[in-house]
Amino acid sequence: MSEAPTTDVTTHAMAITPEDLPTAESFFKPHRIVLLAIAAGLVFCIVWFMRWDWIPQYLPRLGYGIMITLAMLFSTSILGFLLAVPLGLVQVTGPWPLKALAKGFCTVIRGTPLLLQLWLLYYGLGSLFPQFPAIRQSFLWPYLRESWPYGIAALTISFAAYEGEVMRGAFAGVPAGEIEAARAYGMSRWTLFRRIWLPRAIHRALPTLNGETVLQLKATPLVATITVIDVYAVISKVRQDTYITYEPLLLLALIYMCLTAILVFAFRYLENRIPTRGT
Amino acid sequence: MADPVSFINWSLLALEPPGWGGVLLRGLMNSIEIAIGGYAFGLMLGVGGACGKLYGGPITRDLMECYTTIVRAVPELVLILLLYYAGTDALNYVLGMIGIGEVDISGLVAGIFVIGVVQGAYTTEVLRGAIKAVPVGQIEAARAYGMSPYKVMTRVTLPAMLPYAIPGLSNLWLIATKDTALLAVVGFSELTLVTRQAAGSTKAYLLFFCAAGVLYLTLTLVSDFVIRIIERRARRGFVEQS
Repeated sequence: MSEAPTTDVTTHAMAITPEDLPTAESFFKPHRIVLLAIAAGLVFCIVWFMRWDWIPQYLPRLGYGIMITLAMLFSTSILGFLLAVPLGLVQVTGPWPLKALAKGFCTVIRGTPLLLQLWLLYYGLGSLFPQFPAIRQSFLWPYLRESWPYGIAALTISFAAYEGEVMRGAFAGVPAGEIEAARAYGMSRWTLFRRIWLPRAIHRALPTLNGETVLQLKATPLVATITVIDVYAVISKVRQDTYITYEPLLLLALIYMCLTAILVFAFRYLENRIPTRGT
Repeated sequence: MADPVSFINWSLLALEPPGWGGVLLRGLMNSIEIAIGGYAFGLMLGVGGACGKLYGGPITRDLMECYTTIVRAVPELVLILLLYYAGTDALNYVLGMIGIGEVDISGLVAGIFVIGVVQGAYTTEVLRGAIKAVPVGQIEAARAYGMSPYKVMTRVTLPAMLPYAIPGLSNLWLIATKDTALLAVVGFSELTLVTRQAAGSTKAYLLFFCAAGVLYLTLTLVSDFVIRIIERRARRGFVEQS
C-alpha cells in the first residue's frame, strides 16, 4: 500500500487544507495567549471605533447572498467533478482524438483567467443568443436571460478543467497491480472501473479535491461582476449606498474566512472517516 | 455578406486606432508588467516568509502563519480590493504625516503591491515545503564545516531546494499572470478590462474576448515552454522519481 495521499503542492499553497488546522491544545502556550490577547484588543478596537450601524438593515440580504454563494459553490463543484471524471479518464486510457480533445480543453481553460471566461460567456454568448429566433422561442430562453446560468457554466467549466488534470494524475497513479488483480478476478471493464479504479483514484485525489473546493469558494465572488447577487455583490451594494470603504470589506473577509473554516472542518471530518490502511 | 468569414470584422483587431489591436497589446504589456513585478515582490516576501516560518522565533512564526492563513482563506478579489484601498490610504496617511502631502499612486505600483502580497503568501508555502524537502544531512554537513547561518542559506539550502520548488513556483507564475485579470475590477487597464471596453464600444463581444483569450493562452504556453527548459536545467543530476 502506498503512503497516505497528500495535497498537491500548489493547491496546498493557495488554499487552507485540513492538515493546516491547529489543535486545541496548541493555543495554550504563553506567547500565543499574549498574541491572542493582542488580537482580541484589535478586534475590540475594530468593533468599537468603526461604523457597523448598517449591519441590521442589510442582514437579510447578507444571509441571502451567503446562500447564493454556497449554492454556486456546491452546484458547480458537483457538476464540475462529474465532468472531471471522464476528462481525467480519457486522458489516461482514451483513444487519441478524445485524449487530445480533453487535453486541449484543460490547457485552454487553465491557460486563461476565469474572469475572462465568465465575461466571454455572459457578454459574448449572451449577446449572441438573442439573434437566433429559435433560441428566443425555446423553453430555455427565460433562463438564458438571467445571469446566473452563465456564472454556473463558467465556474463549472473551470472546476472541471482543474479537476480533470487532478483526476488524470490520480487515475494514472493507481498501482497497475491493483487493476491487474481486479482483471484476474474476472471483473468486467465497468465493474473494475466502478469498484477499483474510480474509488482508488478518488481516494488518492481527495486531499487535492478538498483544496480545490476551497479554491472554488475563493473564485465564486467573480460572478458578482456579471450581476449575480452573491454575498460579494451585497457588500458592494452596501459600499455604494453608505460610502463606507473598509468596514463592509472587513466583514466580507470575515464571512469568507468563516465559510472556508466550515468547509475545511467538514473535510477533516470526512477524511477521518475514510479508513487508510498502513498509516 | 453570405460568406461566413466576413461575419467576423477582422479590421476591428487592426493595430492602428480605428482597430483595437494596439490597445489590446498595450493591455497585455500592462498585465505582463504587473505579473512580473508582483511575482518578484511575492518571491521576496516568500523567501522572507519561509525563513521566518522555519527558523524564526515563536512570535514571528505565528505572525507568518496568520498572514498565509488569511491570504489562503479569503478570495483574491476581496484581498485585492482591501489592499488596493487600504494600501493607497495608508501610504498617503504616512506621507501626510511626514509632510510630503498626498501623492497619486499609479495603478501599476498598487497592482504590483496587491498581487505581490497575495503571491507572497503562496510562495511562502511553496518554499517552506521545498526547504523542508532538503535532506537534513546536507544542512548539518554545511554547519559542521563552520558556515554561518547566512552562508548555509545561500550556499546550501537555497540552491538545494530549487529543484523541489520549481514546479510550485512555475505554477505560481502562471497564477500570477491570470490573477492580474482581477485588477480589472478595481479599474486598472490591463488586458481583461481593455478587452471589455473594446468589446463594449464595438459590440463585437465574442471576437474581442476570444482575442484576449488567445493572448493569455499564448502567454501561458510561452511561459510553459520556458519553464520546461528551466526545470530540465534545475533537475540535472537528479534521480528521476517515478
